[in-house]
Amino acid sequence: MDLAVAHETVARWQFGITTVYHFLFVPLTISLAAVVAGLETAWVRTGKEKYFHATKFWGKLFLINIAMGVVTGIVQEFQFGMNWSDYSRFVGDVFGAPLAMEALIAFFFESTFIGLWIFGWDRLPRKIHCACIWMVAIGTALSAYFILAANSWMQHPVGYRVDPATGKAQLTDIGRVLFQNTTLVQVFHTLTAAFLTGAAFVVGIASYHLWRAKRGKESDRRKTAAMRTSLRLGLAMAVVAGLGTAVSGDSLAKVMFEQQPMKMAAAEALWDTQAPAPFSIFAVGDVNKGHNDVELEIPGILSFLAKGDFSSAVPGINDTADAEAAKYGGQPQDYIPNIFVTYWGFRLMIGFGMTSFVAALIGLWTTRRRFWLAEEFRTGEDEPPRLMLTKHREMSVFFTRWSWRIGILTMGFPLIANSFGWIFTEMGRQPWVVFGLMKTANASSPSVSVGMQTGGLITLTALYAILAVIEVRLLVKYAKPGPDTSEQPPAKDPTLRGPSSDEDADKPLAFAY
Amino acid sequence: MHLHDLWFILIAVLWTGYFFLEGFDFGIGILTRTLARDTSERRVLINTIGPVWDGNEVWLLTAGGATFAAFPDWYATLFSGFYIPLLVILVCLIVRGVAFEYRAKRTEERWQRNWELAVFWTSLVPAFLWGVAFANIVHGVDIDRQKNYVGTFWDLLSPYAILGGLTTLVLFTFHGAVFAALKTVGDIRDRARAQALLLGLGTAVLALAFLIWTQADSGNGWSLAAMIVAVLALLGALAANQAGREGWAFALSGATVAAATAMLFLALFPDVMPSTLDPAFSLTVTNASSSPYTLKVMTVVAVVFTPIVLLYQAWTYWVFRRRIGVQHIPATVQH
Repeated sequence: MDLAVAHETVARWQFGITTVYHFLFVPLTISLAAVVAGLETAWVRTGKEKYFHATKFWGKLFLINIAMGVVTGIVQEFQFGMNWSDYSRFVGDVFGAPLAMEALIAFFFESTFIGLWIFGWDRLPRKIHCACIWMVAIGTALSAYFILAANSWMQHPVGYRVDPATGKAQLTDIGRVLFQNTTLVQVFHTLTAAFLTGAAFVVGIASYHLWRAKRGKESDRRKTAAMRTSLRLGLAMAVVAGLGTAVSGDSLAKVMFEQQPMKMAAAEALWDTQAPAPFSIFAVGDVNKGHNDVELEIPGILSFLAKGDFSSAVPGINDTADAEAAKYGGQPQDYIPNIFVTYWGFRLMIGFGMTSFVAALIGLWTTRRRFWLAEEFRTGEDEPPRLMLTKHREMSVFFTRWSWRIGILTMGFPLIANSFGWIFTEMGRQPWVVFGLMKTANASSPSVSVGMQTGGLITLTALYAILAVIEVRLLVKYAKPGPDTSEQPPAKDPTLRGPSSDEDADKPLAFAY
Repeated sequence: MHLHDLWFILIAVLWTGYFFLEGFDFGIGILTRTLARDTSERRVLINTIGPVWDGNEVWLLTAGGATFAAFPDWYATLFSGFYIPLLVILVCLIVRGVAFEYRAKRTEERWQRNWELAVFWTSLVPAFLWGVAFANIVHGVDIDRQKNYVGTFWDLLSPYAILGGLTTLVLFTFHGAVFAALKTVGDIRDRARAQALLLGLGTAVLALAFLIWTQADSGNGWSLAAMIVAVLALLGALAANQAGREGWAFALSGATVAAATAMLFLALFPDVMPSTLDPAFSLTVTNASSSPYTLKVMTVVAVVFTPIVLLYQAWTYWVFRRRIGVQHIPATVQH
């Protein structure tokens, strides 16, 4: 392989692997922080045991997860300089600002308050302890905001000028970078997707425990109570977040049709401009060729996605490539991203995301406790729910079994959807690293040899693989037994003044590494 | 004063904060092998930094992010030029964070022992490498006309840089021992004080050699003043440690870290990365900085949020102000 090409390729693989990996933890961290905060608030307000057990249980899984999210985030901040120094020089004036704001405003916040929350069970009054996890939740969402503002600028640069003296991008309006519509819809879409992810995670694990209880393999009713509450919370969250993901996805698509027509044409493998344009559900044959052998389409829907009506013309790949070549120079094919990856990435994102939404919608209906349910089918809050289709009709044994299994399986779907969503949106922007301003081929570090880069890629990939195994095994170890119902909250509410007696002062810590 | 000068100071402050805070974190990690005698003592040490190490580490990320925003060329040259040491530091910080969080999540002895070893090595290696990195920054490295580092990895390991690495390694370990004496109770507290004495003497020898070399190599009047402060603070820390005044000892060991860091930055200014090939290729606060507008925006953000960060981080230290001893370590791990 040509050395310059190898340079870019290795750097891209590293960025892709480390970022997709990091983003497995990010959405779970954002949403589980909020779940734990909600449950702890419910406990502080009601004093009900089931909320306490649920808080502790999801808190443990949250902590296992956030540890990985935090450490893999450090790589993100370093690797722009390490592997993409020419990019960093070119964009630093603009792109560095939201990154630095993220560290100073959001990352400090979540990292400090997470320490207080983990170790503060016997040090902080309940209300303050609960406030700490809210701070963490706010911090994680703010983090996402600043990072997405930076990413949105790469998708659609605004609020800058290119300095004629240095040839570098220069910030002229921070407000536009932070509040442009690309940023706002990306934040909306990413956060709703994050909540869908955490919701599905909760639904999956709660389903596992309730299905066990249903089959008589779990006798601790307090566990079942905590899991049933969690299931309902997860299902409701998944429905709301799923709806939000769809709505925000539609807004984001409309913005993208306007700002990066090539990405959306590639998402559809729409080679020629069409009016009205159909939405392709799937295609058999090589999407890299102009014509597909078999294709299932819904007429007019792509026009709707792009413009909000069923008849507008949507520009195809060929016309867009010609237009970009005329504008930026070079050959039209230089401006065509990898159609196979964008086309299928887009479909897998929507497919997996919406499957979990639909599953949650069905789950939310069938597991209801009172509404439109005959007296004799109602279950207590510490019993697993019966899956009720109508007022008097329960699901058949066969469907009940599969419903619970699908509930468990759904857990991973949004994670897959998130990964493909990012692969789609970043691959669909190619050959640009900053759309219309800088090509990825010109962005990597000239002073880093291909050998060093490859070493870095192998090191990080191997380390991440090992950590993935460790992390998943820990999650399973802690998820499987369910909430520890022997655990009790501190008998009296701790005060900030510290222990009242010497005996208290020598008590073991409520939490220690 | 120009904004880029202010930002040079702010970045120096962020690095100082990082070395002050994560300095004792690294020290504690190293002391888990040299000071702690058994698992519960190791756990005592780890738990002295348990609630705070994560927040401390963010000072590094903020320093990195601030450099990116305020001096993009500095960020680009430094991070791509010091690729291998930074990769090693990254791997260490990843493993270290996971080690703290996961060590107690299983009860198997082998699992815990492995994570404890990880805590030791991943504290020791960065404590050494940060010194190497900063010695190279201050001394200057081979930077070409395009602002790219053109030397090799081995060029970064000059005797001067290795001395710098050993200095930060021993200084951080000393700082950690003083912190351990301040935060623990019982037998380990006395031993921490005894080890702090030895480490402090070691630091005095290494730091004096390194700082004098730095002063001779790239110093000026201001850096000389900071160097004298660092030396006096170190002597004060040793005296306070001997007198059993642990709070003062910690404040002064922290002052040593701060003054030594300040000295490095004062010796560096107005360069941010001098070139050893040709002074004309050096990165300076002027030719590596962002536009005045970006610096203005970032100044507003820093002025508003830095005090808030300091407030809540200080509050965390107050909440967890009590000393920890072996009696506080729960026999079985609870979560």
